[in-house]
Amino acid sequence: MAEKTAHPATRDIREDPSAGTAGSGPAGAGAASKPEAAVVRDALGVGVAVGLSGFAFGVTSAGAGLTLLQTCALSLLVFTGASQFALVGALAGGGNPFTAAAGAFFLGTRNAFYGLRLSQLLALPRPVKPFAAQWVIDETTAVALAQPDRRSARLGFTVTGLTLYVLWNLTTLLGALGAEAIGDTAAWGLDAAGPAVFLALLAPMLRTATERATAGIAVVLGLGLLPVLPAGVPVLVAALAAPAVLWARGRRAGKRPEQEEETAR
Amino acid sequence: MNALNTTQVWIAIGLTVAGCYLVKLAGLLVPAQTLERPLVQRLAALLPVALLAALTAQQTFATGTSLTVDARAAGVAAAALALVLRAPFLVVVGAAVAVTAGVRALGG
Repeated sequence: MAEKTAHPATRDIREDPSAGTAGSGPAGAGAASKPEAAVVRDALGVGVAVGLSGFAFGVTSAGAGLTLLQTCALSLLVFTGASQFALVGALAGGGNPFTAAAGAFFLGTRNAFYGLRLSQLLALPRPVKPFAAQWVIDETTAVALAQPDRRSARLGFTVTGLTLYVLWNLTTLLGALGAEAIGDTAAWGLDAAGPAVFLALLAPMLRTATERATAGIAVVLGLGLLPVLPAGVPVLVAALAAPAVLWARGRRAGKRPEQEEETAR
Repeated sequence: MNALNTTQVWIAIGLTVAGCYLVKLAGLLVPAQTLERPLVQRLAALLPVALLAALTAQQTFATGTSLTVDARAAGVAAAALALVLRAPFLVVVGAAVAVTAGVRALGG
């Protein structure tokens, strides 16, 4: 689903927990004692907008050659959009199941960091956590973090999670059925939906020179290694652009003692 | 489109389901300080950038294991333009699909 909202979420995660109530940015816009209806409205808005992009996933997955059952199983059980798109793309490109799943897994690791913050914010009882975990994604985190108190955060998390889960799976099914009815999805340009989704997710992340350098190196590695390495592997090698850029930046900042990259080495 | 090996696809789905669920659950269960080191956080934020950039480029230019410039490139360029114009998510994807289909219909 739309990791479009990844940015606000990751940014909030790195901020001080109290920042949300301090009135900084959209997070603080709701102010204290936010009415329940407003929380539900926010959550439904995000859920509906993003759930619809499940249609693009259904079409892409069916176009990649997955069966209806396989496509729906991904949305029901994986339920994190970028990983799902990456997996079907890698399989369609001839990748073996292990490299394809590895790429999807690495894209999903950011959810662990969302869970970390949500765990503190929502203070979920331990028995509830295994069930809540499936809804720990970009959008639910963004909505929960934008709420002024724990009660609103729990409500926002639950309504966004439920709305998204229902719509994402419904639209996946419709997209996959639509693609099967259409037949040759490439003739309709639907093979461009996957890269367009990735680009839409990537664009808001390219805020600083560090992100742009990482993206540039990853593109060069991903395309340059494509003809020489087995399918699926070039993407995993391209992921090394992230630690490489961090390492190079840390090296350059090494003269400044406050940079923790220096102590990390 | 192409014939995928059903067993292999199910293996990939099973691994992805398990992996993606476990990282979500891990975030809720591990002690806070484990993931709160700044370097770990920064790497986690940068990893999707590298993966998404490589995936965008490959799915735009790859045909099997060779690189080609075809109608998809025009479609993704249209998506990029839509993003610059701050179009909503679905408009961005719709632009890519429409332009790719249009270029193919014109024989591109």
